[in-house]
Amino acid sequence: MKRSIERHLNILDFALSSLKRRRAKNFSLLAIYLLVIFLPASLLFFVSALKREAAIILSDAPDLVVQRLIAGRQDLVPKIYAEVIAGISGVSEVRPRLWGYYFDSWNGANYTIMTSDDRSLKQGKASVGSGVARSRKMKVGSMFPLRAEAKAPLILEVESIFSSRSDLMASDMIVITPEDFQQLFNFPAGQVTDLAVTAGNARELPTIAAKIVSLYPDSRPILKSEMQRTYQAIFDWRSGMVMLILAATMLSFIIFAWDKATGLSAEERREIGILKSIGWETSDVLLLKFWEGAVISLTAFLVGVILAYFHVFFFSAPLFAQALKGWSVLYPRFQLVPVLDAYQLVVLFLFTVVPYTTAIIVPCWRAATTDPDTAMRS
Amino acid sequence: MILRPATLSLILIALLTAGLGLYAGYYAVKIHENWDTSCGSEQQLALERRTYLISTIMSFVITLELISLFLFIYTADNLHNQFAGAMCAAGSLAVNPYGYPALLLKVINFLLGGVWLILNRADNKGYDYPLIRTKAAFLTVMVPLLVQESITVILYFIGIKTDVITSCCGSLFSSAANSFTGDLAALPHRPMQILFFLSMAITLLSGIFFYTRKRSGYLFSISSAVTFLISIISIISFISLYIYELPSHHCPFCLLQKEYDYIGYTLYICLFGGAVAGIATGVLMPYRQIGSLKRIIPETQRRLALAAVIFYLIFSLVTAWKILASTLKLG
Amino acid sequence: MIELVGVTKTFNSGRPHQFTALNSVTLVVRPEEITVFKGPSGSGKTSLLTMIGCMARPTSGRIFLKGVAAALPFQEEGVEAVEITSLPERFLTAIRRSTFGFIFQQFNLINGISVLENVMLPAYTTGEGVAHVKARALSLLEQFSIGRHAAQRVELLSGGELQRVAIARALINNPAIIIADEPTAHLDSKLSEEFMAIVAQLKSEGRSVLIASHDPLVFDSPLIDSLVEMRDGEVVSSRSFR
Repeated sequence: MKRSIERHLNILDFALSSLKRRRAKNFSLLAIYLLVIFLPASLLFFVSALKREAAIILSDAPDLVVQRLIAGRQDLVPKIYAEVIAGISGVSEVRPRLWGYYFDSWNGANYTIMTSDDRSLKQGKASVGSGVARSRKMKVGSMFPLRAEAKAPLILEVESIFSSRSDLMASDMIVITPEDFQQLFNFPAGQVTDLAVTAGNARELPTIAAKIVSLYPDSRPILKSEMQRTYQAIFDWRSGMVMLILAATMLSFIIFAWDKATGLSAEERREIGILKSIGWETSDVLLLKFWEGAVISLTAFLVGVILAYFHVFFFSAPLFAQALKGWSVLYPRFQLVPVLDAYQLVVLFLFTVVPYTTAIIVPCWRAATTDPDTAMRS
Repeated sequence: MILRPATLSLILIALLTAGLGLYAGYYAVKIHENWDTSCGSEQQLALERRTYLISTIMSFVITLELISLFLFIYTADNLHNQFAGAMCAAGSLAVNPYGYPALLLKVINFLLGGVWLILNRADNKGYDYPLIRTKAAFLTVMVPLLVQESITVILYFIGIKTDVITSCCGSLFSSAANSFTGDLAALPHRPMQILFFLSMAITLLSGIFFYTRKRSGYLFSISSAVTFLISIISIISFISLYIYELPSHHCPFCLLQKEYDYIGYTLYICLFGGAVAGIATGVLMPYRQIGSLKRIIPETQRRLALAAVIFYLIFSLVTAWKILASTLKLG
Repeated sequence: MIELVGVTKTFNSGRPHQFTALNSVTLVVRPEEITVFKGPSGSGKTSLLTMIGCMARPTSGRIFLKGVAAALPFQEEGVEAVEITSLPERFLTAIRRSTFGFIFQQFNLINGISVLENVMLPAYTTGEGVAHVKARALSLLEQFSIGRHAAQRVELLSGGELQRVAIARALINNPAIIIADEPTAHLDSKLSEEFMAIVAQLKSEGRSVLIASHDPLVFDSPLIDSLVEMRDGEVVSSRSFR
């Protein structure tokens, strides 16, 4: 056992010195390898963190949300539905919700307008998200108009701005009183946007949902579990698509690595010939090549992962931000909570290091089995 | 199809495994037909060089297989909340007809691959390739299985539809179910317990006997293979009940989840490790007397027997602890 | 003792540029002697030495090693001679590492690493402890008066110094047989004489030395014990001076 360890250490030592002797070639390989690991690692970290945030946010969502559909399009829910649904056994609370979207033609942004039953919010006052405040250059005490249905604008005073820690949820939000909401949208009385239903026992939710549909065939109950599953599926699907695209870069890297491994310089060939002539077996040379590959792979993996970690969790993924910003005008400034998952790292490892190793097996073998004679005469 | 990165990498591994396996298998056939150490011709020299390639490729492929077995189960487990009705990997695997066959093939290839690696190591220590023909023949059996496994795994992942309602392990492994898994769950407890402890005792004792006296190697090997099967059935039949502390929860996959402290991994790793070591001991038996291996195989077998005994011992102790500490008491 | 029986080596057999390097060579090399192989280039000296030294296998014929002490880990009890021709590469390498030491015409040292590391390389794969090997290497370098160059890169040494490094490397595993291929090709007369003196010293340590050379300073030297003349892949004459 000890002999085996000594042998490995000696060969590892020589492998390191070999790598140093061909600094230029190995450096370019390492740099590209690092990039090829950095990109999917960043993606995985980014998506894992977002998934986690979404899960946390969704855990606070109501057990069941009841919407109403007319001809397949979402319509307003009459308040009376709430009283009837509250009477279904198993339902512990029904909360009618008033909320909607407001398109601000001034900067092309969509705000989410929510209402609060909180007595502390007075009419004419609003709490706004930091994204809204930034884009309209508002501070506490600023006045701003919203174009209401009934020609005269609704003037609101900013009472508070949501802290940026809640940016993922509240960046584009404006919270006002139900009365102001009514005035802003000329909302019909006796109607709400949807109903938030809470059940005493989560296992009864599917039954309750079925009862609601039988009571009101135009209603659409959405379970929290369905929302969670849908979000997970979207994250999966999106990250999978990006991985497929990254697979194309992976492929080019593999070809590059294979080319580097096949194209041994004359000096490298000579060295292997010498090693074999002084008593190194083919398996010793293979072990040498294995250690060279392992050192490069592990270095690239470690540094790539660490860089990705910093990229996503310290700098909030500025590279991805450019791609995502195109979708929304009010891109939230957020700091993601670090998520480090051994499972994801194994998946990343399989996606990057394994194809690299596959690509270099045959070239390394060819190099290791050269006749010492031919290698040295050349 | 579920497109998450984990499934993509498992599909990638499946493709690589099949491709590399076929490549190695092709040369294994060539070696099996043309190998002749006494002749110094260029063809023989070329074949000898190829053995290094096959050795390296297969070691790589089998290592991938080992990792991907656990990754496959973990991923299936993770996917369970995408399917209505699934609470663990049992449900995820039942979603289409390829799930369980994929798992079964993975287990078989894990065992075969482990044994091949041990054969390979023994052959490498003997200086004149004594086992080369055996290894090549072994590969001609193993490679088709590897390819079959890859195809099944890929078909499983591609064919996943999330709008299917799948069975929960509660119904798959219920004593009332009219399926093979149901029958396993329905086996009576007392006889099963006796069978389990008996087979484990025989394996451990014959293993220790082999380690000290170097006799009855075949008995030990066969016993460890049989114990592997009996242990898996026992997990479904009664061991899981004690761990879940429920008289009707027979599922062998829920053990792998966090709420049971991932004890499933400990149990299964010990079981698989013991099975590979035990079976390999038996596979090496016919070669004990061959020239260059005379000094190597007996020592290797002793170490394998010791490893198998330790693995099975840990399995037994953990099982016994769980049974004794459980709040469930079976009649 | 090394015995060759009907050894033939053909390259590219069956193809248009088939080339026979050795043609049915039968020969005995006695132990603890200095044997020189003389002949023009292309006569097969190098091929013969590579095959004796377990670096290549003949196309046909047999090579036996007899009485070579302690170097054969596989040796069955009671067997005197080991036939190395039918052995696969793994085995050949093991024998080569422990029994033979090579000194090449071009020295064949690895550029970019130190003299000491070059000398230690053959022992890297035996699993021996680094400290032991290093001590042995340093003492060999001292023995050949180049101890002070131990940490230097080989590119900076002169021809004679490189020669000694090559010899030290050949001796690191304490081999019973030394094989040298055209060792004086890059040396002047004075260094060649010094080389022959080292060879005599090696012989006095109980080793066998096989030298291939077309340098008269070598094959006319009074120190040698046997002279084998070769031409076109065949042995023309074989003389012993003992």
